Amino acid sequence: MAANVLKQAWLVLVLAVCFGAALAGVHVGLSPRIEANRRAAIYDAIPVLVEGAVGEKAEQIELGGRRVYRAYDAEQRHLGWVIQASGDGFVDEVELLIGLDLEAERITGIHVLQQSETPGLGAGITEQDWREQFAGAEAERPVRLVSERPDEPNEVEAITGATVSSESVRDIVNAAVADVREAIHAGESAAQGGNGDGQ
Amino acid sequence: MANDGGPTAGERFIRGIIPENPVYRQLLGMCPTLAVTGNLQAAMTMAGATAFVLFCANVLTSLIRGLLKPHLRILVFTLVIATFVTIVDRILQAYLYQMSQQLGPYVPLIIVNCMIISRCEICASKQSVFRAASDAVGVSLGFALALASIAAPRELLGDGALFGFAVMPEAMPQWVIMLLPPGAFITLGLLLGGANWIGQSLNRRKAATE
Repeated sequence: MAANVLKQAWLVLVLAVCFGAALAGVHVGLSPRIEANRRAAIYDAIPVLVEGAVGEKAEQIELGGRRVYRAYDAEQRHLGWVIQASGDGFVDEVELLIGLDLEAERITGIHVLQQSETPGLGAGITEQDWREQFAGAEAERPVRLVSERPDEPNEVEAITGATVSSESVRDIVNAAVADVREAIHAGESAAQGGNGDGQ
Repeated sequence: MANDGGPTAGERFIRGIIPENPVYRQLLGMCPTLAVTGNLQAAMTMAGATAFVLFCANVLTSLIRGLLKPHLRILVFTLVIATFVTIVDRILQAYLYQMSQQLGPYVPLIIVNCMIISRCEICASKQSVFRAASDAVGVSLGFALALASIAAPRELLGDGALFGFAVMPEAMPQWVIMLLPPGAFITLGLLLGGANWIGQSLNRRKAATE
C-alpha cells in the first residue's frame, strides 16, 4: 500500500522538495534588497517632511503607542518627528508618514507610503497639491475637511468624488498627531520636572 | 526532432499571437486583463511577469511530461506555476519596488491564471521542449498585445498619457471612468466585439471566394 502511494506520488514529493529549496534560495538572495527597498521608501521621505533632516540619521522609536522617527540633520541636531500611521481607506489600508516640527506644534507635511484607492479619484491623496494643505496645520487641534477652497490653517479641501479617502487620511492624521503630541509634551514636562528636582 | 503528432513549433508560435489569442479568442486571463490595464506600464509589467512564468512552466512541464501521472498532472502544473510566480513576485519586489506595490495582489494571482495552466495541459504536457517553448513565446506575445490594446486607450482617454508621458493636449478632458473598472469592461467589450466582427467578415470573404 505504502509502496503504491509512493509510486504514484513520488514526482509530486520530489518537485515539492526541489521547489522549496529553490524558493528558499531566491528568498535568501533577494530579501536583503527587498528589505532595503522597504526602508528606503520610509527614509527617503523623511527629508521631504522635515526640512534639513538626513534620512539615514533618523532613529526609530515608540512614542504614544505609535511608530515614530526622530529626524536629525547631518550634525545630529534634532529637527522634528515623523509618525508612521495607517488606517482603513476606501479600498484598502492607507499608510502615511506625518511630519511634525520639534515642539510638536505644527504638522510639516504628509507622505503616502501605501494606498490602493481608486485611480483618478481617491488616489488623489498622493498628489502633492493636496498633501501640501496639511503642512502648517496646528497639531493642537484636529484638521477639518471643507468642501470649498480653505482659508484657514487646519482646513483641507476634500477631494471631489473621494470623500471616504479624504476622511480616512484626516482621521489617520488627527489620531496619530494627537497621540504623539501628547506623548512628546508629557515627555518634555517629565524631563523639565526631572531637571527641577536636580537643581 | 521527433514528431509528436501535434502542431509544430512554428504553428504553435503563430497560433498563440492571433488565431488563438488567449484574451480575444479564448477569453482566458480575464482577471489581469481587466484589473491591471489602467496604464501601459502596469500592463506591460504584468505581461512580462506572465511571460516569464508561462515560459518556465511550459519548459519544465514538457521536460517532465514522461513522468506525469494523469490524475496528478493538475497538481504538478499548479506546483510548477506557483513556484515561478513566487520567484517573479520576489524579483519584482527587489528590482521594481514601486511597480510591485502598484500591482499588489495581481502578481500572486498569476498562479490562478487559466491561460498558463491551459498551455501546460494542451501543449507542454504532450509536446517536446522546443514546441512548448515556442508555444509559450507565441501565447505570451499574444497576451502582451492584448493587454497593450486595452491599456493604451484606457490610459490615453483616462489620463491623457501613454507609458506615463502626457501625449494628449491639455484641453482634452480626462475621462476618469476609463481608469475605473467600468472603463476596463467597456474597452474590453468594444474590442472583443470588434475582433469578432473582423474575424467573421474575414471568414465570410474567404467562404465567398472559395
